[in-house]
Amino acid sequence: MKQLYLSSSPHIHSGETTTGVMRAVLYSLLPACGVAVYFFGPSALSVLLIATLGCLASEAVCQRLMGQPVTLGDGSAAITGVLLALNLPPSSPWWLTLLGAVIAIAIGKQVYGGLGSNPFNPALVARVVLLISFPVQMTTWSAPAPLGSGLDLVTTATPLGEWKNAVMLTGQLPAEMQGSMANYFLGNMPGCIGEVSALALLLGAAYLFYRRILTWHIPTAFVGTVVLLSGLFWLIDPAKYPNPVFHLLTGGLILGAFYMATDMVTTPVSISGMLLFGAGCGFLTVLIRLFGGYPEGVSFAILLMNAATPLIDRYTRPRTFGMVRQGRTQ
Amino acid sequence: MKLKTFAGGIHPPDNKQWSSHKAIEDCPLPTEFVVPLAQHIGAPSVACVEIGQYVAKGQVIGTAKGFVSVPVHAPTSGEVVAIEYRPHSWGPSLPAIVIKPDGEDLWSTDLQPSDPDNLSTDDMIEKVRLAGVVGMGGAAFPAHVKMSPPPEKQVRTLIINGVECEPYLTADYRMMLEEPERILQGVGLLQTVFGAERVVIGIEANKPDAIALFEKHCAKTAFEVVSLHVKYPQGAEKQLIAAVTGKQVPSGGLPMDIGAAVHNVSTAAAVTDAIVHGRPLIERICTVTGPAIREPKNLRIRIGTLLSHLVEVCGGLAEEPGKIILGGPMMGFTQLEFNVPATKGTSGLLLLRMQDVDPRPEGPCIRCARCVQVCPIKLLPTTIAAYARRNLSAEAAEYCAMDCIECGSCSYVCPAAIPLVQAIRYGKAAILAKKRKSP
Repeated sequence: MKQLYLSSSPHIHSGETTTGVMRAVLYSLLPACGVAVYFFGPSALSVLLIATLGCLASEAVCQRLMGQPVTLGDGSAAITGVLLALNLPPSSPWWLTLLGAVIAIAIGKQVYGGLGSNPFNPALVARVVLLISFPVQMTTWSAPAPLGSGLDLVTTATPLGEWKNAVMLTGQLPAEMQGSMANYFLGNMPGCIGEVSALALLLGAAYLFYRRILTWHIPTAFVGTVVLLSGLFWLIDPAKYPNPVFHLLTGGLILGAFYMATDMVTTPVSISGMLLFGAGCGFLTVLIRLFGGYPEGVSFAILLMNAATPLIDRYTRPRTFGMVRQGRTQ
Repeated sequence: MKLKTFAGGIHPPDNKQWSSHKAIEDCPLPTEFVVPLAQHIGAPSVACVEIGQYVAKGQVIGTAKGFVSVPVHAPTSGEVVAIEYRPHSWGPSLPAIVIKPDGEDLWSTDLQPSDPDNLSTDDMIEKVRLAGVVGMGGAAFPAHVKMSPPPEKQVRTLIINGVECEPYLTADYRMMLEEPERILQGVGLLQTVFGAERVVIGIEANKPDAIALFEKHCAKTAFEVVSLHVKYPQGAEKQLIAAVTGKQVPSGGLPMDIGAAVHNVSTAAAVTDAIVHGRPLIERICTVTGPAIREPKNLRIRIGTLLSHLVEVCGGLAEEPGKIILGGPMMGFTQLEFNVPATKGTSGLLLLRMQDVDPRPEGPCIRCARCVQVCPIKLLPTTIAAYARRNLSAEAAEYCAMDCIECGSCSYVCPAAIPLVQAIRYGKAAILAKKRKSP
């Protein structure tokens, strides 16, 4: 025998790898990227490319500077890049996108020690830094101009922004919204590159469910809480508060609930922890959307809940098999 | 019908097709037996024969030392040629009695059959002890200890483990198909010893023929045959009890604390041999399998047969082995050589090629929580492993490291290839060491 491998059990492995997981997430984002390019044309494509390449380059530079092996192959930096792009307006100037990529990787991820060690979702850290630092560029939205339609991208407001403006000015919902629910669902509305098409996002999420990379807990708790809570307000005053379907389909809820709030690194590990995390995200999202200064609150909600993750983990530890519940004596 | 099971667990490919259709064959006698004095959990036996002495098949060659210990017996008739340190499957070389068979294979005349109806419970337990019977599912814990619960712990439910959830292994399966009477007689004896009200034979649903056969045989008895969901580790003691009774063995406790006892099907068969036929445990069924062996087989082997002999009997190596495993791929032990003997707990010899075990480099934990989802004990494997590797044994203990049953499901699913259960094992050893130092 030339060579024998000696190790303690188990001696077999499922074969699943971190790279495989990351690759599947990237595949699942393809429909959303495709829809983005269809509605927003070359400007969406360039944001996607700059963000992704920017993140890959930042990761390589950071790891080189810290004298660590460069691990672009694991696919995590590419995912951060694509997710960042999907969270930016299609009209983002190149320097803004690139700055976001550097922030996401350098400040959002590598300063903490790289993959697996960051407490906050890197793409959202970048988005929020940009949103606060460059409010004009970050809230300049374009109406979709589907490929082949001959339309140019023109500046307009997002449905959530349209509603918030009206409520701020008149205390009432706008008499007539520009878009329809069907268009919101397909993605034919102004917004961030990746958040517009609920359909494309759900298609990708279905693939991740099938691959068992995504579990239902966080998205369901998140979306469910938003629907319940926004529904409650809508029932109280339908003239002032938009209905839950509007909340569901406009803004970044689907993107946030299925892709940003499900980032494994920054979310709790137990089932009850995930449910709590999702519910917290939903609660904060509705709170910010209805009563905050910003029309959209998904990013802030997720980041705030990221901060609560260690605490949630601590208090939602699964009850060990055979442990008697406190105060009970079997 | 909804199959019974437990929470958590994994679905590794079972790979039983290599050997599941092969009837049990008697393994030809080798030219040398190496019978280790330590084969069971507890104190090793003490040699009671001398070099040059003739021993008969079934004769005691090592006596038990203490209560948690069992004797060992000569696997065949022949001459004791050495009592010395020999390579052992546990790692270091350990004392063993080397026997050169005389080819006659003659039973000791001291061994007499008896009618169990005339035996008291204590007599039966004593016969099991003298026969050197241990748990044959792999743990090799002395059976008579398990059969003697303190009087205040009444065992109401006796569970017979025919799950065999380890991939590749088919030894219990073949025994269930070919020797159901031998098993069931032992089950009846165990029921008598425990005074159990309920007897359940648990078999995984991937063995429908064994289930059907046992249902047929049990039709006229009060034994229940329960078909269990195919999931690893369904055959782990605590998980099997949970599936069958719905009750959890308390943390740090034993099955008898909730009125249950679990014995393996092959242990039940050995109990029959011991009590009815007066024959000690000198042979067992062992599956020799894996992609590196030419002809996978289920063999009836004598205890003390060297692995090299088993490989020869199975047509030799088909390919260069990369890993030699005693037991199954989930909880078995790797070996460095074929020069070690099979013992009472050897349920299988698995030969994998290097490409089957090719170790991947470990990556950082991405907190994917797969290990948390599959853990049958509901631990946080990644957290415990992280503490254990930093030598923070107090923190590891706080996260219930000692409750880990070491089934390996966490390591199996980890996409970052982190040796989770291996780290937890290390942490458990550190916790125990600390406890010993400061009681």
